[in-house]
Amino acid sequence: MKGLLETLIRGLGNGSVYALLALGFVIIYKATRVISFAQPALMLAGGVAVSHLTGVTGFYPAVLLSALLIAGVALAIERVAIRPMVGRPVFVVAIITLGIDVVVRVVVNAFIGRDVRQVGDPWGFMQVSIGPLVVQTRWLAMMAATAVLVGLLFAFFRHTRYGLAMRAAAFDQETALAQGVSVGAVFALSWGLAGFLAAIAGMFVGTGQGIEQMTWVVALKALPAIIVGGLDSLGGAVAGGLVVGVVESLFQSYQGEYAPWLGQNFAVVSPYVVMLVVLLVRPYGLFGTREVERV
Amino acid sequence: MTRAAPHIPAGRSRRVRGRPLLYTSYTQDMALLDTPAKKTGTAVLVLLAFALAVLLQDRSLEVLAGAYALAIGAIGLNLVTGYAGQVSLGHAFFVAIGAYTAAALSGPPGGDTLGYGLAELWIWLPAAGLAAAAAGVLVAPLATRLRGLYLAVVTLGLVFLGEHVFKEWDELTGGPGVGREAAVPQLLGVRLDQDGPLGTKEQLLYTLMLTLLIVFAVAARNLARSRVGRAFAAIRDRDIAAAVIGVPLTRYKVLAFGISSFYAGCAGGLLYTISGYVEPGSFNLLLSVQFIAMVLIGGVATVSGSIAGALFISLLQPVTRSLPALVPFISADTTKTPNVFQVETVLYGLLIVLFLIFEPRGLYGLWIRVRNYWKAWPFSY
Repeated sequence: MKGLLETLIRGLGNGSVYALLALGFVIIYKATRVISFAQPALMLAGGVAVSHLTGVTGFYPAVLLSALLIAGVALAIERVAIRPMVGRPVFVVAIITLGIDVVVRVVVNAFIGRDVRQVGDPWGFMQVSIGPLVVQTRWLAMMAATAVLVGLLFAFFRHTRYGLAMRAAAFDQETALAQGVSVGAVFALSWGLAGFLAAIAGMFVGTGQGIEQMTWVVALKALPAIIVGGLDSLGGAVAGGLVVGVVESLFQSYQGEYAPWLGQNFAVVSPYVVMLVVLLVRPYGLFGTREVERV
Repeated sequence: MTRAAPHIPAGRSRRVRGRPLLYTSYTQDMALLDTPAKKTGTAVLVLLAFALAVLLQDRSLEVLAGAYALAIGAIGLNLVTGYAGQVSLGHAFFVAIGAYTAAALSGPPGGDTLGYGLAELWIWLPAAGLAAAAAGVLVAPLATRLRGLYLAVVTLGLVFLGEHVFKEWDELTGGPGVGREAAVPQLLGVRLDQDGPLGTKEQLLYTLMLTLLIVFAVAARNLARSRVGRAFAAIRDRDIAAAVIGVPLTRYKVLAFGISSFYAGCAGGLLYTISGYVEPGSFNLLLSVQFIAMVLIGGVATVSGSIAGALFISLLQPVTRSLPALVPFISADTTKTPNVFQVETVLYGLLIVLFLIFEPRGLYGLWIRVRNYWKAWPFSY
């Protein structure tokens, strides 16, 4: 029981990082109807930026600065490569983001080099006991930070002018345009927000084990998360992220014991299995809206 | 009063001299090579391609042979993504199934890895295709339930699951970092991967790949202009509308995935005969992205474009490898920062982005522009 609870907390911790990444995907998807495959590169860039800045400014300012920096990079990408493609098939734009991802990652890798870079976080592998449970502090930090960010984000969408504009544009672009919403600004804002969230997620991925060239693969786990939750549901992204984190953590702890025939490291691919199972039952994810089909 | 049905000329009717674009029958309009220019052009290209086997050095032939094998895979991806409009990021998975089926069938029995000793090409090549096609047909039901980007992400998941299975299944694949020997190309008792009386290893493999590429390309062109091809195009353009006019969606989506995977499987079986070695880590997302790049850079929904795209991507590597000699600040050393591998990867990404923004029809579109310019010359405005 103790082991199970500890596994769950680790799962929720990692899951909240996936939730941040998934939120970035969903925000871009809702605004532009495109899955941005550039998120892994932005996440990696965020982690690397923190690792470079942390020695100069200290950890917390470094996180804020990097998140703003990556938001700026995301804005630039949107302006240069995505805006000219408005009105083109979504598949084409998605592939463009795939190309951008490849390019940005090469540049970022040059800043990583051969070694593992530490992000200089105050948590490391420190452990803390809550009653009988012994868990790593970083899982708790991840959960707390995600809870705060998700709260702020939902408040932003619900209570601010720009949040309203984004919701309007996501609902119906042309009508929003007719009501005076600048859809271009909404696109830019959505990419900026996604970059900001990806950078924070990148920092958390780097806590403890550090950042290396292969770390970008972690961001792809947010893809099953958004599919499980439903591509166009912000709540679904958070739920999907947590589900993916917990499932992965459960497989990490128990698969070796109960299902060794699945092979080592099955936990890494378990989110994709969950995704396939969910899709077989609900083709639009758990919380996604069913597409209304017209000829 | 009944009127006689209008006479529709069947078969090959006469061409009018000096009017290459005047079609006098449906068959003429639908012909693969519908103008004399295309006929001579294609004939010259094919002859030239075969002549290259004796004209080029072995090193270049090896690169081209690999490009032709990749082109078969790219045509497969273009059938499902370009013609039928079903976005698949899972092509690497089907390529892997083909590669391992071929390797296992033709491998020596009783070695470290599975092998059945059936080295004849005409046994393992169709088998590799069929095994991959079977996997494609199994995946296809998902495609009938999902649309657009949901499908792209699911096929992406397939690559990761496949990579995991192949890394774990040591008996078949030799395990990550170790790998196994690839399929043995033997045709009627002649080993094509060894120098022999008929030519060097590279010459033999080059000729084999070229011949097979022509067979697969013609088959794909014929498929695309048949009833099946028209159904694919209808589904791509608007699947509900296609269903309304009587195209059975499920059947044709399954068919598209099956055929595409067959091509991928054959390409996988052939591709690794050149290096003679398969490593399970090579069937990753990057391979899928490379196939997507070939299709997009070459030209969506064109067979000739797929071939051009495959050649382009394959030749990119030797070209970037020769850059350090020309551009002094690019290093061949992987530990230096602007090195050839980085340049190569950046080029993949940039080329995809630039082609999509500036010439969505790809290399094929560039060719159309050039052709139209000269067709109308000197009134090219």
